[in-house]
This record gives sequence, structure tokens and C-alpha cells, in this order.
Amino acid sequence: MEPAAREQERLRWRSRRGLLEMDLILQRFLDRHLATLSVQDTQAYDVLLDLPDNDFLDLVMGRAEPADDRLGPVLEKIRQS
Amino acid sequence: MTLSRQIFDTVIVGGGGSGLRAALQLAEAGHNVAVFSKVFPTRSHTVAAQGGIGASLGNMQEDHWLWHMYDTIKGSDYLGDQDAIEYMCRKAAEVVYELEHFGMPFDRNPDGTIYQRPFGGHSQNFGERPVQRACAAADRTGHAMLHTLYQRNVRARCQFFVEWMALDLIRDYEGAVVGIVALEMETGDVMVFQSKATILATGGAGRIYQSSTNAFINTGDGLGMAARAGIPLEDMEFWQFHPTGVAGAGVLITEGVRGEGGILLNANGERFMERYAPNMKDLASRDVVSRAMDQEIKEGRGAGPEHDHVLLKLDHLGAEVINKRLPGIREIALKFAHVDPVREPIPVVPTCHYQMGGIPTNYYGQVVVPRGANPSEPVPGLYAIGECACVSVHGANRLGTNSLLDLLVFGKSAGDHVSEWLKTHPRHRDLPRNAAERSLERLARLDNSTSGERVTEVAADMRRTVQQHAGVFRTGTLLTEGVEKIREVGQRARSTAIGDKSRVFNTARIEALELENLAIVAEATLVSAQAREESRGAHAREDFKERDDKNWLKHSLWYLDGSRLDYKPVNLQPLTVESFEPKIRVY
Repeated sequence: MEPAAREQERLRWRSRRGLLEMDLILQRFLDRHLATLSVQDTQAYDVLLDLPDNDFLDLVMGRAEPADDRLGPVLEKIRQS
Repeated sequence: MTLSRQIFDTVIVGGGGSGLRAALQLAEAGHNVAVFSKVFPTRSHTVAAQGGIGASLGNMQEDHWLWHMYDTIKGSDYLGDQDAIEYMCRKAAEVVYELEHFGMPFDRNPDGTIYQRPFGGHSQNFGERPVQRACAAADRTGHAMLHTLYQRNVRARCQFFVEWMALDLIRDYEGAVVGIVALEMETGDVMVFQSKATILATGGAGRIYQSSTNAFINTGDGLGMAARAGIPLEDMEFWQFHPTGVAGAGVLITEGVRGEGGILLNANGERFMERYAPNMKDLASRDVVSRAMDQEIKEGRGAGPEHDHVLLKLDHLGAEVINKRLPGIREIALKFAHVDPVREPIPVVPTCHYQMGGIPTNYYGQVVVPRGANPSEPVPGLYAIGECACVSVHGANRLGTNSLLDLLVFGKSAGDHVSEWLKTHPRHRDLPRNAAERSLERLARLDNSTSGERVTEVAADMRRTVQQHAGVFRTGTLLTEGVEKIREVGQRARSTAIGDKSRVFNTARIEALELENLAIVAEATLVSAQAREESRGAHAREDFKERDDKNWLKHSLWYLDGSRLDYKPVNLQPLTVESFEPKIRVY
């Protein structure tokens, strides 16, 4: 597979989480959007993946908002998935 | 083929609560330790633990470790080993205070002591009245614990191998464990890690069930490694279930929903709990509700196109009550069941939560196997701790808050025992020739596969089989059919094919390897459950409804080789106090 595909696989693995809720939500998001994610969204998603699970879940469930505006578009896609 | 090799005093497989606690004990004692984890350690499944850590600190009411010990033994339905249970309950305060000194942000009382919350099954004075024993950090106890332990490990210069998957144990010709073979996901490289001691800390394998609260990473890798190396798996028929997980997802709907008036309905719209528990109805205990739900499904009264779940109705409570008294339930239902509980019922199913069985160990964390007349002979160089191990402190049923306690106590005791072991075993034993042969064969099979079934299909069949045949409602017929089916699934798991042959982050390959481990655990579960002709704790047989201490007060041991069962006695002898004789369990 080409490098882009490897990068997608890396994101897919990093989307394995400690909380089942996050596993389920991110799996749906990846199935829907991974193949067409823009460079900016990919970078933003990488930042989100570095968050602790509970903080990430709070963002996804709308209980908190991201400090960085650049995370907004990809977070919205995750919330809609 | 010669693989590159690295050498450590100790190798720990798994970076969750128990692995980190053991690593810390060793790293702070000055040993060089390597921790292997499939994911970043603070994203281990320990993060999901909310409840707390059970310890008889007595900060709220008078408390004593002996009362905690009694509650744990009774909870275990007398299958727990009383030496290990005494050890754990006596050490509880110490490991909690240590965690406090490491910087764990516990909830506090106004006087500065650690606040303790109430939890089911914990009592004062041998069952007289409830006691508050759970030490927590809000609803993020597991999360806080992982972060505290990880930080401390970094400080102690523990070495982490993140996004590595351990494949197999290496045993020498005398049976001693001398290291592991592991795969780096980023490069696809396979390497040998030679060690004087190896600790398995890989967590549970709850993903064998179709409905499970466990994260996707919980695939029983340590159990698969142990079983392939000839080590038996203990008490694998005992799995703890929660009655109301969202069907098809596994996310829990709190018991509070039924407390507020939510009711369970079958496909005919019947409130079936009235038949099973005329007085308590939907508020009967967890196991009663779970079994009734599963029986309704098994007898064809399940809802939905597959008749595979029941319905949790709460629309009659009204939007106001739901929003006010059950915050979060509506968003969970919308997100994971795609229904709005204000208008429609939530599809729910009994959901696997915790694995009581595992790799047999003593309270030092040493893996023990029958040898000659000794039912518990240590395997030199091998340890197991946490949910992947069976000490056994949980026996047939785990008490809430005892899982986090188990991680801390036995993570520490294993670390201490390894430290001592290293003093008397200063040299690495030689690696056997072909140390990595088994792992390389497994990888070669996948790399060379040209035709075969997809991993996702076989995995789905495995999960369906385990859910249907080894759920909460168990009969001899169901289990016997299940054993046949799961053996077939096991064959298929060993002959899957993957399309992606690349080395870098090949998730298909990882998932195929995980499935091999899961299939081993699934077979151990069904075979052990089919053989145990009694009801004890979480193992409830419709055809053998009573606990049978005369014939079954013993631990199951399942061997992969020949799918053979053996048994060993329960240790009813505590370390210093009198034995708690088996009694009928009434709450």
C-alpha cells in the first residue's frame, strides 16, 4: 500500500481507546470519513487522539468545547458520526 | 532466521493498572524494566473503571480488613482462595496510602482524610450493615490511577515499548520462561526480548462476547500466550454480566434507570420480570434480571428482527423526569442505540463486564501449574497479575471495587517477588534454539495466505456463539452445542486470510493475531462451563440450580493441548485467621 494508506492505518490503530464508547464512536467516524479526510482535518484528528479518553469523550458528547478552533471541523464530523 | 534481540531484567506485557504498578515497584528498586503495550499506557482499559478502590480505612464508619475479607469470600461464592483474599484485604490500606503519596487525587472528607463511598456487597461486622469502603477520584478513579502510575514510572526511568504487540512466551527446555517475542506495529519488525522474569498484565478478554463493556483492545493476548505455552487457564466459566447494555454496542445503561421506574419488556410487550420476581420485578438483583432477560431471548420472545434483545421502556416517565433524574441516559441512547428514550424503548441485552478466571497464580503473582502431587508449582520466571490472572480473589463472582484493589496489591507483590527472584537468579538463562519459531510460523501463515475467511466474519461468529451458548442463562444442551460450534470457530480463526500484506501499521494482521487469542479464551470458557454441573456465582446452570460443594468446590484448569480439563482444590485456609466455611449466600 502507498504511504497515504499507511497513514490511514496508523490513525485507525491510534483510534483504539481505553473506553468502549470512544472505540464505537471513532470506528463510525473512520468508516465514514477516513478515506476523504483533508490534511488539516487529519492533523486536527491527530491532536484529538492525544487527549485522554475521558476528555475526548466529553468533547464528543458536547459536554465540553475544544480550546483550539482548528479542532472544530473534525470534531463536528466525529459528533455527527 | 535470526531475529534481533534485546535484554532486560524484567519484561512486562501490558501497560494498564497492574502492569504499571509492578513496573514501578521494579524500576524504583533499580532494575531495568521494559513494559510492552498495544496502546499508549494511559489509554489502557483501566481508564474505564469509575467506582473506586476497596480498602478498610475506616474513614467513614468503623471498618476492619477481616470484614472486607468476609465480604470478598462470600461474594466469590466460596470459590476464592482464602490465603490470597486475606493477603489482598490486609494490604489494601497500604496500597491506597502509597497511591496517595504518589499524588493520586482522591476525593476528601472535610477533615482531610480520604472520602469513601458506599458500594454493593461491602459490609460491617460480617454482613450486619453496609459500610463505605470505596476510595475514589470522582468518577475517574481508573483514569487518575493510570496517570499517577505512568508519571511515576517515567520518573523511575521505566522503558516503554508503545504500540508493540507481544506474540508468544519463550520457554526453555526446563519449562522456565526466558522472554517474549514481540511485534512492533510501526515497522512490522519482530524481535526477541530476553528476560530473567516476565510478567503478563494484559487484562481481560471480554471481547469474546457479542455484548461486552470491554474496549476493543481487551482481546486476552496474555491468556493466548500462556495457553500456547502449555499453561492452563483457570475458572474461565466465570464472567460477570451487567443486565442492561445497549444491544449491539455494549455501553451500559445504569441500574438507576430501573430504580426511577424504567421497565423491561419482551417482544410481546409483556413486563416479563413480573413472572420471574413477583415482588422485586425489574429491581431484582443483577443476576436474576440478567438471567430472566437471557431466558426470554433464548425462548424466542426477544425483540427486534433477530429476536436478540429485550426493551427498556422509560417513555412513561416523561421527558422532564428523564432529563432531570437520569442525566446522560438520553444522550447514550441517542448515540449508541439511535433511539430517543422519551419516545421509544432502548434495546438492551445482558452484557459481559469482567473476567473472573485467568492464568493461575499465587499471591506473589507467580504463575502456578499442577506438577506431580503439587497442584500449584511455580513456573520459573513467569508471573501474571490483574484481570488476566486468577489468584483467585474473585472466585465465582467479583465484588465491586475489588478489581482496582487487585491490580494494586498483586502488581506490587509481583514486583517485590521478582526483585527477590532477581537477587537469587542474577544471570539470564540461555534462549532455546528456535525461540521465535511459533510466532514466526503464525506470522508466515498470515503473510502467505492467499485464500481464507475474513477476520471480521470469524470474529462475529465467535462472539455470537459465546453470547448464545455461554451467556447468563446456561443449560447442558446449550453448552454442549456451543462447545462443538466454538471448536469449529477456533479452526477457522487459525485459517483466516488478510489482504493487506504490508509491514507498517498493518491493523488487519494485528486483528488476525488478536482473534487467535480470543478464540482460545472462548473455547476455554465453553469447555469449562459445559463441564461444571452446578450453579455458583456468575455460572448459573438451569439444569443444575444449586451450588454443589461436595463435587464442585474446586477450580477448573483448561489446557489448550487436547482442550483438556483438570481441577485443583480451592484454598480454604487463610494465612493467619480461621477459615470461612462455605455457607448459603443470602444478602
